[in-house]
Amino acid sequence: MSGENFLSVQNVSKRFGTTLAVDRISLQIGKGEFFSLLGPSGCGKTTLLRMIGGFSFPDEGSIAIEGADVTWLPPNERPTNMVFQSYAIFPHLNVHDNIGYGLRSEGVPQAERDARIKDVLRLIKLEGYGERRAQELSGGERQRVALARALIKRPKVLLLDEPLGALDKRLREAMQVELRELQRELKITFVFVTHDQEEALFLSDRIAVMEKGRILQIADPKTLYEQPNSRKVAEFIGTMNVFEARVTGIKAGNARLASPVLGEFTAPLRAGVNAAAGTTLLAAIRPEKFSLSREMSPRAIKGRIAAIAYLGDRDQFRVMAGGSTLTVSAHNLGGANSALCVGDAVYLSCAPDAVVLLNQD
Amino acid sequence: MKRAEPFDEGVRGLRVYAFLYLAFLYIPVLLLPLFSFNNSLFIAFPLTGFTTRWYAEMAADSEMHAALLNTLKVGTLASLSSTILGLLAAKALARGGLKGASAFIGLTSLPLFIPEIVLGISLLVLVTAMGIGLSLLSVAIGHLLVCLPFAIAVLLSRLEGFDASLEEASRDLGENGWMTFWRVTFPLVLPGIVSSLLLTFIVSFDDFMIAFFLCGTDTTLPVYIFGELRFPNKLPGVLALGSTILLVSGGLVFVAEWVRHAGVRLKPHRIIGR
Repeated sequence: MSGENFLSVQNVSKRFGTTLAVDRISLQIGKGEFFSLLGPSGCGKTTLLRMIGGFSFPDEGSIAIEGADVTWLPPNERPTNMVFQSYAIFPHLNVHDNIGYGLRSEGVPQAERDARIKDVLRLIKLEGYGERRAQELSGGERQRVALARALIKRPKVLLLDEPLGALDKRLREAMQVELRELQRELKITFVFVTHDQEEALFLSDRIAVMEKGRILQIADPKTLYEQPNSRKVAEFIGTMNVFEARVTGIKAGNARLASPVLGEFTAPLRAGVNAAAGTTLLAAIRPEKFSLSREMSPRAIKGRIAAIAYLGDRDQFRVMAGGSTLTVSAHNLGGANSALCVGDAVYLSCAPDAVVLLNQD
Repeated sequence: MKRAEPFDEGVRGLRVYAFLYLAFLYIPVLLLPLFSFNNSLFIAFPLTGFTTRWYAEMAADSEMHAALLNTLKVGTLASLSSTILGLLAAKALARGGLKGASAFIGLTSLPLFIPEIVLGISLLVLVTAMGIGLSLLSVAIGHLLVCLPFAIAVLLSRLEGFDASLEEASRDLGENGWMTFWRVTFPLVLPGIVSSLLLTFIVSFDDFMIAFFLCGTDTTLPVYIFGELRFPNKLPGVLALGSTILLVSGGLVFVAEWVRHAGVRLKPHRIIGR
């Protein structure tokens, strides 16, 4: 079976004491998809992952892989494998035996075992590391061994619980590239848990944004960033300027709005946004969608720079406009923007489709 | 003049103290082997001459051998049973989420705080009332009671650094609960198991009070030695026996420490980037 419902989670709930860690979650993951569960700590993403892996059983709902119900199967009887957050490298075994651990229970003969271990060591670029002990490995090497140990089982679904969280930034970025290439090459379904939105955007085919045990939105990275379905998603993924705007009219899928910040403006109405003349919506604009200039232009709004943060590749401005503070970022292209100072008057403008309209919370 | 570092003052005094402390600890113990080679019935200075006679006497004493064998039997039974039960208890306690875990630990270690003579008498009453009868088995059961808290304490400290995801990883990689125990838990807890076996064996080996009340006609070594003390001519033989025990238990402690250090560290390492 392929397509959307290779891994199917139906209406799953899990309670710990009085807290509802996972609240009636349903999702469908396709074969070969890189799917991420993204959310702040305590949002239930790891609990959901552990239920898919069989380390915890749901109070309600069911989980199926390739149409077969696995809800009540122990981990050793599921076609899933997990890369643990702590990596869980067996400290009493060397790299070779760690990676080969899962082949013994399958009854793979010694010769084939060794060949497969060798192959996978090459895959993760740790050839010649077979004799090393867990203590002799660096963080990045442990992460690879944990990955190899799971992949050698040829799982239908690989579960990854914040596998890059313990690595420093540079190494993490390098591992992200490797992980994505590996997944594209092996075409195994990955379910990846992370709280790092940049990581999720970079790696995933689709992302489920979670909060308090519920899924807020499931979408591909671009949709998630460009068209978040709620203020929470908008503010969790990247930075977003959000302010209220009153609907003054609707015409051909566009809404006409008025707000103290942007003045009169038009923005496209997307499905799911409940707008009628006289109602108040939220208008959201990413910092980089603004263009910033000293020169006045038609329909630009006037503001004053309250703070400037120099971030190397870009400058981030705090601009006071219409009684609100907006975050505006501008790529470091040199030129006029570089000469801006706190207190300078500036004009902000943006394209109509840069404005995302959201329902009020 | 070079001034002492802020916290170094008085180090000399502490060295003297440490030396005196060690002397206090070991001189009485070292007298045992010294007199066991002394060619006199009386335990007094000056030494009169060197002999290995007492060792030869000890080697020929069949009653002593029987008592030693009894002690070994009881010790083996008590250390094995307390370590197995202790491992099960420690595993449950270390997993956490157990209601009343600390109360349970407190209750299991309570026998340590009951005077042994009280424990011995109450066990005697119980064993008689239950009709088990006085034998090496009743001694072993009594020893299990005092050994279990030691076993739990040793094993619990070993299991506390145990990363639960190691067992989960094993399950994830296809092993069932039993095989996970054999392939992951057991090898990692092994140093703790060895420590527990040695410690509980020594606790059992050492015990006089409980054995005295419960052993009936099958005397253990401490009970036998106590009996022998009434006969002055047996005393040097007891010293020889004591010295031998000292040597063997010293060896055991050495082995235990070696196993402990050879064991794999369980605490997760700080993860560093390459």
